[in-house]
Amino acid sequence: MTETQNLTLVQAIRDGLHTELREDEDMVVMGQDVGKNGGVFRATEGLFDEFGGDRVIDTPLAESGIVGTAVGMAAMGMRPVPEIQFSGFMYPGFDQIVSHMARFRTRSRGRFTLPMTLRAPYGGGIRAPEHHSESKEAFYAHEAGLKVVIPSTPYEAKGLLAASIRDPDPVIFLEPKLIYRAFREEVPEEPYTVPIGEAATRREGDDVAVFTYGAMTRPTLEAAETLGEEGIECEVVDLRTISPLDREAIVEAFEKTGRAVVVHEAPKTGGLAGEITAILQEEALLYQEAPIGRVTGFDVPYPLYALEDYYLPSAARIEDGILEAVEF
Amino acid sequence: MTVFDRAYDDTVRVLDEDGEVVGDVPDLDDDSLVEMYRHMRLARHFDGRAVSLQRQGRMGTYPPLSGQEGAQIGSAYALDADDWMIPSYREHGAALVHGLPLKQTLLYWMGHEDGNNAPPDVNVFPVAVPIASQVPHATGAAWASKLRGEDDAFVCYFGDGATSEGDFHEGVNFAGVFDTPTVFFCNNNQWAISVPRERQTRSATLAQKAEAYGIDGVQVDGMDPLAVYSVTEAALEKARDPDADRPRPTLIEAVQYRFGAHTTADDPTVYRDDDEVESWKRKDPIDRLESYLRGEGILDDERVAEIESSVEAQVADAIDAAESMARPDPRELFEHAYAELPPELERQYEEFAALRDERGDAAFLED
Repeated sequence: MTETQNLTLVQAIRDGLHTELREDEDMVVMGQDVGKNGGVFRATEGLFDEFGGDRVIDTPLAESGIVGTAVGMAAMGMRPVPEIQFSGFMYPGFDQIVSHMARFRTRSRGRFTLPMTLRAPYGGGIRAPEHHSESKEAFYAHEAGLKVVIPSTPYEAKGLLAASIRDPDPVIFLEPKLIYRAFREEVPEEPYTVPIGEAATRREGDDVAVFTYGAMTRPTLEAAETLGEEGIECEVVDLRTISPLDREAIVEAFEKTGRAVVVHEAPKTGGLAGEITAILQEEALLYQEAPIGRVTGFDVPYPLYALEDYYLPSAARIEDGILEAVEF
Repeated sequence: MTVFDRAYDDTVRVLDEDGEVVGDVPDLDDDSLVEMYRHMRLARHFDGRAVSLQRQGRMGTYPPLSGQEGAQIGSAYALDADDWMIPSYREHGAALVHGLPLKQTLLYWMGHEDGNNAPPDVNVFPVAVPIASQVPHATGAAWASKLRGEDDAFVCYFGDGATSEGDFHEGVNFAGVFDTPTVFFCNNNQWAISVPRERQTRSATLAQKAEAYGIDGVQVDGMDPLAVYSVTEAALEKARDPDADRPRPTLIEAVQYRFGAHTTADDPTVYRDDDEVESWKRKDPIDRLESYLRGEGILDDERVAEIESSVEAQVADAIDAAESMARPDPRELFEHAYAELPPELERQYEEFAALRDERGDAAFLED
């Protein structure tokens, strides 16, 4: 009988780091405030005391330095798991991410690989100051050589994190901080993985396929339930990995329904919704019965929090988008 | 007193411009000195051939190193085989000394990714093009070695322009904080393409930037291979020995000059005077080592002629080997993007391969 704990998503992340630190002595956690403080969201709480300052490392406050030194460590065969405290602060490290993290394997023809996982809380809805709420996952999905993983439940957060850390390729692991503590789930204490690159069907339905990920999974399911009461059955697919996308699952859900809506909190232009729409055009045009809807953040800079409830796709906007696709 | 106790502007010298001894000659046997000289000649000859290959359309854009052989070969000679080299894009001579075959360097500049695929026993990182971005890698790699209780040292090369970049600051700062076994070797060749050294910083020396990170900094005459060897050797020794009563990292500023263009796409006559170039050519690191070795009776005309013809043959062979490499198969585009090719990439390849089969290679390749 597997022992479990009832954990929030952020506790499950912490548990995942803990389990993997035990499993692999080449793994280190590093970043601003991850050591003694245990992370500003408590994602590394207690790890410093258990594993010491050489495994759970407080670094200088320098994102490019954090990512760049992790690249060097990983090139030497370690498994660094750097944390950037908020994804809005990843940009000083962006050059290291796209110029090196993504390219080392290709550049060296596989001699140097970077088994590193860069964690960052992302997304809005927590009444945070400027630069603490953006969703810029499309930047990373656009960059060949990276994998981009976004969990939405505690159980899967631990398993996806373990899979990312063990993956031979560099992974950007974006944690939807809006749901860090939104609900609890039974999470096994033992190590396990949830595979990267596979979407999960959260709700079955024949009328319309709704694709989403991260914190938007919850309002999407809420909208689906409301519409279900009106006899509109939504198939809700949580992508879980946005690079590489699970094209098979996306196409399958669309072929079943002939209608689709994509929901993400990132801005519309250049976002994942456009990519998913293009995939459906390429692979399943003849199944299409309505324009593919996009319910997303607006193409504006992320607002301060007095306006963020209007900015973020709410259940109401998602319902409206789904109805448009269904009633076309 | 060690070389690390000097004032930052007290440049370490062993040979003057005429090859006369003005400092402590490092303890190298005659064969090593001749080998060092030979490598410098090899690097110079390689450089000339590479520029002409580019002019003839047989190679892409290439960054020449002439003038910088003293710094490159002198420093690389101080490395043990187990030590690691983290180069920028101009360290062809240093990488050669550390075991990277010339053919690899040629392949890289001929557009083959395989050029960076060093043999497994050659501890050289791939070329880093974005300025200073390799500095944090060198710190991280050295940090990994330290965390694992190993005692290798890491030397990271970059130019004077790189010291203005944030990654220089962040990489060297981390090295200071975590006391990593890293030697930061700044090839101050006076020019970042067209921007002079004075436009990079108001600091009197680049070596003094070490002070702010709490590590050692030293300025060396980069046109003097023996001085460079001595300083690098001392810095590596200190990096390897965790008991040393000093910080493990060191910043070395090797003052030197790029005789040629930034790259074959650059025309330096636009931004600098011939007089300046000529004055630096009188400091040529090869001439000065040759004068010294001749004076010591270690080299004579016959030996020099032998070396000349052997380096010509070696470079010609490397060029033949590189030019005989076939264009890589398009499959190579995809092969190393990920450990395992994602299905979508497999599909993109197969679609392209089918069209290539149908239309033939000529449909895709420029004449």
